[in-house]
Amino acid sequence: MTDVVKKIKGTAEEIRQNVLAGKKAELETPVRSLNNVFYNEKDGFFELKGQKKKRTLTASTVKTFAQTLRVMSLSKDLVETDDIATKREAYYVSKNWGEARFHEQPESDAVMDDIEAMFGVNREQLGFIADEHGGSVAGELIVIDKDPVSGKELRIDCTKFGSGSYSIPSDVELLKFETKAKFIIAIETNGMFERLNKHTYWKDANCILVSMGGVPTRACRRFIRRLSDEKNLDVFVFTDGDPYGFLNIYRTLKVGSGNAAHINEFFCVPRAKFLGITPKDIDEYKLPSHPLKEVDIKRIKDGLKNDPFIQKYKSWQNALNALMKSGRRAEQQALAKHGLNFVISNYLPEKLKNQKSWLE
Amino acid sequence: MENNERNNKQISSPVIKPAAKNASLAAFTDSSPATNVAASNATVATKVDKTTEMATTKSAAAPSNGSVGAKAYEMAKAQREISIAEFFEKNRHLLGFDNKRKALLTTIKEAVDNSLDACEEADILPEIIVEVTEMGMDRFKVVVEDNGPGIVKKQIPRIFAKLLYGSKFHKLKMQRGQQGIGISAAVMYSQLTTGKATKIMSKIHPSEPAHCFDLKINTQKNEPEILSETEKDWHKDNGTRVEMELEATYIKGNQSVDEYLKQTAIINPHVTIIYQPPKGEQIMLVRATDQKPKQAQEIKPHPYGVELGMLIKMLGNTTAKSIKQFLMQDFSRVGDKTAEEILENSAILSNTKPHDVSRDKAEKLMEGIKKTKIMMPPTDCIVPIGAELLEKGIKKEVNAEFYAAISRTPDVYRGNPFLVEAAIAYGGDIPKEGSMTIMRFANRVPLLYQQGACAIIEGVSETNWKQYGLQQSGSNLPQGPVVLVVHIASVWVPFTSEAKEAIAHYPEMIKEIKLAVQEVGRELSRYLNKKRRVGDEMKKRSYIELYMPHISEAIKDILKLTDVQKKELEVQLSALLEKTRGKLEDMDFDPDKNEEYDEDLASIGREDEDDEYDDDAGGDYEDKKERASSGKKTKGKEELKESAEKAEKKAKKKKESEDDE
Repeated sequence: MTDVVKKIKGTAEEIRQNVLAGKKAELETPVRSLNNVFYNEKDGFFELKGQKKKRTLTASTVKTFAQTLRVMSLSKDLVETDDIATKREAYYVSKNWGEARFHEQPESDAVMDDIEAMFGVNREQLGFIADEHGGSVAGELIVIDKDPVSGKELRIDCTKFGSGSYSIPSDVELLKFETKAKFIIAIETNGMFERLNKHTYWKDANCILVSMGGVPTRACRRFIRRLSDEKNLDVFVFTDGDPYGFLNIYRTLKVGSGNAAHINEFFCVPRAKFLGITPKDIDEYKLPSHPLKEVDIKRIKDGLKNDPFIQKYKSWQNALNALMKSGRRAEQQALAKHGLNFVISNYLPEKLKNQKSWLE
Repeated sequence: MENNERNNKQISSPVIKPAAKNASLAAFTDSSPATNVAASNATVATKVDKTTEMATTKSAAAPSNGSVGAKAYEMAKAQREISIAEFFEKNRHLLGFDNKRKALLTTIKEAVDNSLDACEEADILPEIIVEVTEMGMDRFKVVVEDNGPGIVKKQIPRIFAKLLYGSKFHKLKMQRGQQGIGISAAVMYSQLTTGKATKIMSKIHPSEPAHCFDLKINTQKNEPEILSETEKDWHKDNGTRVEMELEATYIKGNQSVDEYLKQTAIINPHVTIIYQPPKGEQIMLVRATDQKPKQAQEIKPHPYGVELGMLIKMLGNTTAKSIKQFLMQDFSRVGDKTAEEILENSAILSNTKPHDVSRDKAEKLMEGIKKTKIMMPPTDCIVPIGAELLEKGIKKEVNAEFYAAISRTPDVYRGNPFLVEAAIAYGGDIPKEGSMTIMRFANRVPLLYQQGACAIIEGVSETNWKQYGLQQSGSNLPQGPVVLVVHIASVWVPFTSEAKEAIAHYPEMIKEIKLAVQEVGRELSRYLNKKRRVGDEMKKRSYIELYMPHISEAIKDILKLTDVQKKELEVQLSALLEKTRGKLEDMDFDPDKNEEYDEDLASIGREDEDDEYDDDAGGDYEDKKERASSGKKTKGKEELKESAEKAEKKAKKKKESEDDE
């Protein structure tokens, strides 16, 4: 019996015994928000402070209890039969549960997150996987996986996808790696990844390219983390020069998020450095820019005020303040102003060489 | 006979001397200066200004040559007497005869108000017959007949055919009529629009014959003109019957005769009204109680409520020998000590003879009164309807899910005692859309016009209804399924005009109105909160039933329980959850719960629902309303048919629910 199944059974049994004894039945989960995390500088990720919320079974919580137990039951089935369900699939499974069904997927996602936090495991261990694929990889890397049918070892050479790329699977826990590359570049947009891949930039720079496609999925974060840990590789993050790129993408990759703080420990990439585009780059490369949107300004303010990571680093505070002051933001693609391959010929080599231009 | 005389209010009323009239004008100058002119002895000189007025009096004797005062003499030629009829023609709106629809309502209202006042004073349970008959294009005959004390023969002509003649103006007493204009104004209107005389029949005792008069008003002299005078046998022991023809339009809706009579019945539960509308069947509004309202007491004026003109008049009329005695004898709440204090504050000797007090001195006396702290007037002279009867009344009219009524203790404005009562109905059959409906009453008389100008509306809309659970934007009337009744009772209700349609904005009165509606508002919010709690509780209860099986089912799956174990868990689970939920009370609206509700009564005066909606939207824009309601005159029958159908449906529903049991 796996750990997860034990925990599920233990919880169900405890509730049952309490009910039979006429005692209060309770579920306890850590509070999942930025307010309940601190930045663990030593290990480099957001850690839970330990606030917990207790839900007692009453007339008003009966629905949540029913749904939580239903999802636990589904998870137990999945784990026991060595199956998986995407978050979306799990949502559809709930449609069999009559009145206890979920009306929107975010409801079932939240219940999964709660169970995850309650047990201190990650979603994949519960048998639930992300809906979207984890990101694309290209470069000097061999991923060692297993054939789903025969269970035989599979060696996947990430240099052999031509104009395509390797897709990070939802569960990366059992993958093994072989590489001679020197570092990893994690890229925000697929477009930029395609450009670098097309011109086999990974060969020139002797690196591994990962496309995150916006905020990296858990699988993508875990993949980069494991690869970086096991092969002792530096990670450089290349995003748009805007608060979304800084906070939602880079910060989440590096130290995790408030919402999934219970698993940040495994999903953070403490070695990551921010390569660009920095506010300074916007000036120095004279990049075409757009005015900050209202939501950008809100993000900057929120980051300065509430984000324990930003609060730790003066350089990030300066960067956010500079962006705020200029009121401008620039996309990765803006580099094309100096020629389509300016990014390959000039920007990346210059940035990689100039350690002072990185942000922590 | 002696008994009759006592019962007859008009007998006790003094014949008004010209001096008295002039003085009386001062008392209502603040509400309507225009009436002043009409009010003086039948005719008045055109009031240009004081100097020319003086010139006028001499104009007949003075030579018209020479430049001295030539302009004045010239002007004097243009100065002539205004007949009361001319004045009426120009100012009919002040008296409630602005248009044909309103003329019909005002005529009936004046007659009915008089009947009710007379019955109340004579301690008779009123039974009033109202007939409206269509005589042709825009021509109606109105008959109002009561079982009141009757009027002695001598007084009949003056009561009905002399403007500003009556018993009520000089009394500080809670009653419907105030100045003796109303019914004679109706007679005048009838005469002006049809040229016909008004027929009066009145009988004061079973052993006496009824006296019948055909009356007109001599519009030059403001004196009655008797066209015929006869005696008749009448089946009634006593009572008065008025019959007149007038140019009018009959409408249904919020400002109709039907609505007025209905609201009158609601606010006067001791009254029976038998009403024959021009179309459709007779409507019986039967009294709900045999209990007559307590007799209202007449009080002497309070010094704070007296104005200079009134004071001068009182000084001239008093029988007191000294000014101190005058203060003590002719005012309420002035005793020996207070009188001394007033005189000291006015610097007037206490043995001054009242007749010797000059205008200047009277003004000093006014100041002295202001400086002196005087006890508020007695307030037991106000007779409230009472919360209970008020609630009964509103229950008759609307079938709602919640009712509350309150009656506040009396307060005083400018020396006049007054009292505010309010009742509220919420939900049920009241339409959910639109503003709340407000029924306004003053001294038991419904106010149907000029809602926007009324202090009641100000008090209601300045109240923050959001805190009581209703929607309200700014200081508009709140939205929601609410009917609010506000009744103001006073020895002298301050109307904005002689038509008595809206109450003037005295801060003291608005404050009391607000306190009254706030009180019922709080009751309402208590109810709404309770309703919400019960609603939540109902939701919780359904939650338990909905989701509990899923808990046991999931635990069964996880732990691989047997069905017996599952059942056991369910029983305990159910017991546990029961503990966490509150007690439940059924708060669903039950249309049959309100036994007072009278569907037939409620439908009186109402137009088709669509039309009514338009009416509400139209608010006080009367012209719009006139257009909206003309051409709908033929709906009477259909409406009756409809209400009959409704009644049938209701009966059927009742039967079904009984069958279910």
